[in-house]
Amino acid sequence: MSKIHVTTTINGDEVEYLCDPRETMLDVLRDRLGLTGAKEGCGTGDCGACSVTLDGRLVCSCLMLGAEADGHEITTIEGMATGEELHPLQQKFIEYAALQCGICTPGILVATKALLEKNPDPTETEVRYWLAGNLCRCTGYDKIIRAVMDTAADMREAS
Amino acid sequence: MALDDRKTSGFTQVGTRPNRPDGLDKVTGRARFGADVTAPGMLFATIVRSPHAHARIKKIDSSKAEALAGVKGVVTRADFATGLTGENWNILENVMAGDTALYDGHAVAAVAATSALIARDAAKLIEVEYEILPHVTDVDAAMADNAPVIREGAADKSVPEGMHPNVVRYHESGHGDVDAGFAEADLVIEDHFRTEATHQGYIEPHACLATLGGDGKGELWCCTQGHWNVQKICAALLGIETANLRVTASEIGGGFGGKTAVFIEPVALALARKTNKPVKLVMPRPDVFKATGPTASTSMDIKIGMKKDGTITAAQGVFRLQGGAFPGAPMEFTAMCAFAPYALKHVHQVGYDVITNRPKQAAYRAPGSPMAAFAVESVIDELCRKLELDPIETRLKNASKKGTKASFGPMFDQIGLVETLEAAKAHPHYSAPLKPGQGRGISCGFWFNHGGETAVTLALSEDGTAQLAVGTPDIGGSRASMALMAAEELGIPYENIRVTIADTATLGYNEVSHGSRVTYASGLATIEAARDAVGKLCARAAAKWGIPEDAVKWENGCAVPSGPNAGDFDPMPIAEITKRMGATGGPIVGHFEATPEGAGVSFATHIVDAEVDPETGKTSVVRYTVVQDAGKAIHPTYVEGQYQGGAAQGIGWALNEEYIYGDDGRLQNAVFLDYRIPVASDLPMIDTVIVEVPNPGHPYGVRGVGETSICPPLAAIANAVSAAAGVRLRELPMSPPRILAALERQRDG
Repeated sequence: MSKIHVTTTINGDEVEYLCDPRETMLDVLRDRLGLTGAKEGCGTGDCGACSVTLDGRLVCSCLMLGAEADGHEITTIEGMATGEELHPLQQKFIEYAALQCGICTPGILVATKALLEKNPDPTETEVRYWLAGNLCRCTGYDKIIRAVMDTAADMREAS
Repeated sequence: MALDDRKTSGFTQVGTRPNRPDGLDKVTGRARFGADVTAPGMLFATIVRSPHAHARIKKIDSSKAEALAGVKGVVTRADFATGLTGENWNILENVMAGDTALYDGHAVAAVAATSALIARDAAKLIEVEYEILPHVTDVDAAMADNAPVIREGAADKSVPEGMHPNVVRYHESGHGDVDAGFAEADLVIEDHFRTEATHQGYIEPHACLATLGGDGKGELWCCTQGHWNVQKICAALLGIETANLRVTASEIGGGFGGKTAVFIEPVALALARKTNKPVKLVMPRPDVFKATGPTASTSMDIKIGMKKDGTITAAQGVFRLQGGAFPGAPMEFTAMCAFAPYALKHVHQVGYDVITNRPKQAAYRAPGSPMAAFAVESVIDELCRKLELDPIETRLKNASKKGTKASFGPMFDQIGLVETLEAAKAHPHYSAPLKPGQGRGISCGFWFNHGGETAVTLALSEDGTAQLAVGTPDIGGSRASMALMAAEELGIPYENIRVTIADTATLGYNEVSHGSRVTYASGLATIEAARDAVGKLCARAAAKWGIPEDAVKWENGCAVPSGPNAGDFDPMPIAEITKRMGATGGPIVGHFEATPEGAGVSFATHIVDAEVDPETGKTSVVRYTVVQDAGKAIHPTYVEGQYQGGAAQGIGWALNEEYIYGDDGRLQNAVFLDYRIPVASDLPMIDTVIVEVPNPGHPYGVRGVGETSICPPLAAIANAVSAAAGVRLRELPMSPPRILAALERQRDG
């Protein structure tokens, strides 16, 4: 089957690739571009470990085809820090031990960054429902929710 | 270990909460998990699996697959070692079926190709001809006289005569005379309980990258809880020498016991050998559910007698566990843990390990114990309710303590059950008012904990920093705990210690990260390795000063003259010794290799408030408190994390999670949408109380904390739900349909 030529922007850089029409965005990121920060936990959009943003909107990259990225902007966990400066959520997740094994962490960070951009002052319930599509099996979510709430408060104070 | 080597106070680093050493990698996407590596010329593999619960494999034709462009090789059982016996045979039979597919999802062949898409296409072209056989997936049905026999001759000598061939192991333990004990009781309750199989549910599917040449030398990268175990098993299954296979553990995306077993690694190695190329194999999620270890499902009978004052007079339990198509369901742990929290004069427990047409069970966090606690603690709750006794006071009255003869035999040493019960009683949660429609449940839980073979090396660098190599994969932040313990001993900053999970070529054998053993055993080994290095540092200083070695002590990261020489020389900092180590005798490295046997047992008490919606049968957990004995919390934040994680998994097990089999013996819910683990909106914050009753078997008093946290939740939630719903729930999960059915039964009387 002939491949599709795609020109897109990933984490601010222009990227070109050829992909099979059946390849997901997650396959392209991981297997063609070496961006393995997004994880495949299920391949069916249930776990959120592959979360990225498409033109600023939170999506499961396993539910999107690589070909669909053409002309759009993708942001992954690899684009979250600025140089050596971590995003406040990344910093807080380390400080609060909001991760144990860390496999869900990239997806949860991408998802919560998208939440705080939409809603800088979420309630605990809003954070919990926003993250209901991101499975974490280690933490029981307690420290994750606290890290997100406190980062949001810090960011509101700083802005 | 000499008692004077123990340190229980005056810590400067242990007990603090620094950032974990691998934190940056984990929040930036840089950490390399099982599926995150590649090799030049790498192939991708897919496994072909049986769609039948039980079927004879008559013929496998891979010619069409092999003719597909890009396909480089196909393997079947013929590509593995022959003549294996015992557990190696069981593992091989599970990794790749021989004559018979034993469960829905059992591997029968595998293919490697130049892309993942081609491998998937090729797998569909492999034609397998099956003869379908009768199947059984339920534990009670598998023990019945008319049940199909999964495999003749699978039973060991422990099984009494006359049992069905599907009963493969039998356990019996206890002491006293239970009949005499029941006769002393004012109230005896006997009930039947069932729990469904649940999966560990780690978010990272199994993944590996293998190379293996015709010279029998190989390399394997994989996500595992124990790479020496992977090395040993893979070498046996491939028929190569153990030392010729070097295994490196990747970062691991959750395990909970499920990654102590070997599933895909031998298949990737066989394909690598056949194609002479590196092979990457990643399990799709449905395969993880169908073909890796869930826990056992159970059918249990519990009988407990109690006096009006709350004294338990006797207890007995029968525990039937199915662990899939192979022996190994942890029924002896279920039996041995069941009554461990209580000091009992008369106790008797029986366990049956039963095989069925389901995947081979694997360990899941305190394997076997949570189900036992569910059944036993439900009956104790019912006794308390009927005798109008306080559930915590009643448990305190019967609680095991130092010197109690445990229900499973030995005498308890220093343990912390009473302390957790007292802390639970004093916690504001226990006396907080409940709203209408809510119920409160409490439960105790017990786990043995484990030591196991352990080897650690601590090498000092010329600038006085330290490289610590441990062999236990870090499944929840253990590198932070190791660095804290090494820093405590060496007297240097936490940040000056780099902890690495060493590969199999660089350390002696390390047992898998299981049994809550890592912070205990690798921690003990780290402390001892650091003490070994400190001894060598002191010797170098002594030589420089020209005084005896035993006249030098180690304080705050410096060698200091002591005894008659005290004050004769200025303290010599670590970096001053290490910068000259090449000229003063060579590299300074501390070692420790042993099988520590002092893992202290651990107890917990949980308090739960639940609300049941009588219209829908849905349960909401509205408040949750975990109280558990950690012995000594090295990094309290990560101890809390273990408590919270265990409680959350227990909530899933109690309320939602279950393996659902159709009449055709096929698994009906092999995706996360249908196998529903708790999501953020399902849970409340989970409060934690760390009790510290030091373990006499660890230099700092550490007890493992990872597993005990999942023992009480099933029962605590069942007790809360039963109180809220006004009807006793005896079957897990307490999903909305089961709760509605129970409410209906009660209405109908």
